[in-house]
Amino acid sequence: MEIPYTTEIRKDTGLYNAKVGIWLFLASEVMLFGALFSTYILLRVGTPEGYWPHGWLTVWLGTLNTIVLITSSITTVMAWASLKMGNFAKFKMFHAITLCCALMFLAIKSYEYHDKFIHNEITLKDGRIADGHVIKKTAEAVTIEGHFVEDRKELFNLRTGFFGPPKHGEIEIKTADIAKMSNYGPAHHTYNAIYFTLTGLHALHVIGGALVIFYLWAFGGRMWKEDPERFTNRIEISGLFWHFVDLVWIFLFPVLYLL
Amino acid sequence: MQATHAIPHTGIHEEHHADAGFWRTYVFSTDHKIIGIQYGVTALCFLFFGFLLMLMMRWQIAHPATPVPLVGPLLEKMLGTVASQGKISPDLYNSFGAMHGTIMVFLAIVPLAFAAFGNYVVPLMIGAPDMAFPRVNMASYQSYVIGGIIMVVSFFIPGGAAQAGWTSYSPLATSIATNGQTFWLVGMVFLITSSLLGAVNFIATIIQLRAPGMTWMRMPFFVWAQFVTAFLLLLAFPPLEAAGIMQLMDKVAHTSFFLPTGLAVGTLGNISGGGSPLLWQHLFWFLGHPEVYVLILPAMGIVAEIIANNTRKPIWGYKSLVYSALTLGFLSFIVWAHHMYLTGMGIRVATFFQTTTMIISIPSVIILTCLFLSLWGGSIRFNTPMLFVMAFLPMFGIGGLTGLPLGFNFSDLHLHDTYYVIAHFHYIVAPGTIFALFAGVYYWFPKMTGRMMNEFWGRVHFWISLICMNLIFQPMFAQGMAGMIRRMSDGGANYTAAHNTAAGADVIGGLSDSLIHLHVFILWAAVCLGAAQIPFIINFFWSIKHGKPAGSDNPWNATTLEWQTPTPPPHGNFAKAPIVYRGPYEYSVPGHATDFTPQNEPDKA
Repeated sequence: MEIPYTTEIRKDTGLYNAKVGIWLFLASEVMLFGALFSTYILLRVGTPEGYWPHGWLTVWLGTLNTIVLITSSITTVMAWASLKMGNFAKFKMFHAITLCCALMFLAIKSYEYHDKFIHNEITLKDGRIADGHVIKKTAEAVTIEGHFVEDRKELFNLRTGFFGPPKHGEIEIKTADIAKMSNYGPAHHTYNAIYFTLTGLHALHVIGGALVIFYLWAFGGRMWKEDPERFTNRIEISGLFWHFVDLVWIFLFPVLYLL
Repeated sequence: MQATHAIPHTGIHEEHHADAGFWRTYVFSTDHKIIGIQYGVTALCFLFFGFLLMLMMRWQIAHPATPVPLVGPLLEKMLGTVASQGKISPDLYNSFGAMHGTIMVFLAIVPLAFAAFGNYVVPLMIGAPDMAFPRVNMASYQSYVIGGIIMVVSFFIPGGAAQAGWTSYSPLATSIATNGQTFWLVGMVFLITSSLLGAVNFIATIIQLRAPGMTWMRMPFFVWAQFVTAFLLLLAFPPLEAAGIMQLMDKVAHTSFFLPTGLAVGTLGNISGGGSPLLWQHLFWFLGHPEVYVLILPAMGIVAEIIANNTRKPIWGYKSLVYSALTLGFLSFIVWAHHMYLTGMGIRVATFFQTTTMIISIPSVIILTCLFLSLWGGSIRFNTPMLFVMAFLPMFGIGGLTGLPLGFNFSDLHLHDTYYVIAHFHYIVAPGTIFALFAGVYYWFPKMTGRMMNEFWGRVHFWISLICMNLIFQPMFAQGMAGMIRRMSDGGANYTAAHNTAAGADVIGGLSDSLIHLHVFILWAAVCLGAAQIPFIINFFWSIKHGKPAGSDNPWNATTLEWQTPTPPPHGNFAKAPIVYRGPYEYSVPGHATDFTPQNEPDKA
């Protein structure tokens, strides 16, 4: 006996096996991200008034990434539709765009990550607090592009509009004067912790999805010739996953960038 | 590990896999039956390993700070200073405790109950040629083995394995300076991946691959139980995975997800704070409670099959069983915080979870009642599987009923974290689930190998196990009610001494000598329980080659489809695609020539 319904549809369920599988898998993914979003809510409501950060991320970069991912979702559907219409060349073209979008998303994300890792909050021994991006670091001194703040609380409200904060001047701080220096990495604040965890896990999903799509895109030619229906189904399944990854970002963007 | 144990099956399967070669057939197999056996043998090994950890802990509890006999020098050699002079140090005791729980739950019982029996039996029962995704199935097993290896390796790293209990509460788990917890978390990610892949596969298989005529209400109860279990694993495990990732971040990236502001324990001085220790507990128990039903539902499924077969009559209240299992599955998602009454989460929250907890006992009682009533008026065959099943019913009953005082938050205040809790859940899992699993092994063994296991040694195994299980766990109820706290590495000796010197011999909260002496009694009962497993192990391996031949494909005269295949079933399972004509338990149908009517036997006009 062979396993039935690998490509043909079972009458009473209206589905082929892999489609049941991917929907179940996505259900568990919803629970995974659901738990992390719940964590976000719990950490945020548990923070004392005024100490949950706003405006720590650059909105226009997030918007651009949202557009990039939505575009890739459209081309994913178009790629599948092209196969349904029997046009392999068009499929190749559309999924090439999908893959470019995935790379672009990851590139922008990496830039944002890097920006956070060079962004530092520096507490001086005289109690003053400087905040800004490190541009030069030697054994004796650190040069940052930033500013001093009166009260640490100011740092939690950096809402500066769509295109990010205005340029600050350069400040040089002697290493000997520094009491504590902490970059905006995951350990800086629970907001950074949940930001890096959520977007990091999402980025892993982007990488995983892109690898699968790339594999099917690069090596799918033979299966398309031998069993076009099965190949089309694979593109549909990988597409469903890709839409899910896109959907997660649609929630991540407002939650982390805007609210 | 699995490779060496799978070898004994070689002779039996050879003709079906002659072309595939040894590695593809027995190690990287995609056949659901081989994967089921791989899971089963690996999980039985872990079950025994987990038991040995417990045995060493019981020695330490009964005779604190004395060298462990026999294995003491070996422990010192392998683990170093934590076991100096062959004694179990408190750190090592904590490691053993944490790993006993982890291994028993995630590496032994779940893989055995769900993955092993589910893999082997479910596709056969629904008349399918294999699981829906054979390669995903293989990946699931491999991921499980990798997770298991990581857990075992963690014993040998500097500082040893995780020490914060199987529940790994933060901040304790994060503040222990060794890497054991990191290994635990990475191992758990692999185990969670494994059960996720398994769960997707099971549900897809049951939805898509049922044979023609196998409608939902004609599925054996075992299949229903596995179906609900798969949903629990699918939806309850991801939050623990999320929690695990966050604890890993706390551990390696120094975030503060579960670490509150102002915390200064050991190495944790310099953190941002702002986290919530309660959050870990919520996420952990969101898995942890459905996990309890993952442990018990497959066992109930096995019990239902064996009862129907050995009472030679239909199971009583099939539909009630099915709807109860579904209700149980749903409710198990909204009772988790009854593990957290003492955390200060608030009276209103506690009341809500107390209410749902009382409600969930209703479907459990319906299931147990149906199984009891199924015995009524039957002409019962007392073979080994049936003996284990008959013991399951009252043992699970004791476990379930002693859970009620823990579900009420006023009585839980007294009993929380005592030996009473240990006795309660072990009654459910040890003489409950594990007995059902033994019953399953004896019951399906002839299908897997074509030979019966020895009946006499099966009975020896059964009676000694049953007596010893009760001798081990009954005294713990008394100890717990008197206030003996769990997780004390000296069994309460110091705790008692401190109280006695402070306020005379008879203080509330101190423990009397007789309760402390029960430790020695429990130790020897546990040793006997271990000895009772020797006949089982020998019987298991000996019977593969030398057991009494089963005689037919259907030695128990059963109705369900797994017995209507060749023995052992070849690759692809059925010689001819089965068609199902009737429900699963058509025993003793009046006017029928035999006292059983297989599901795939066509109706005579």
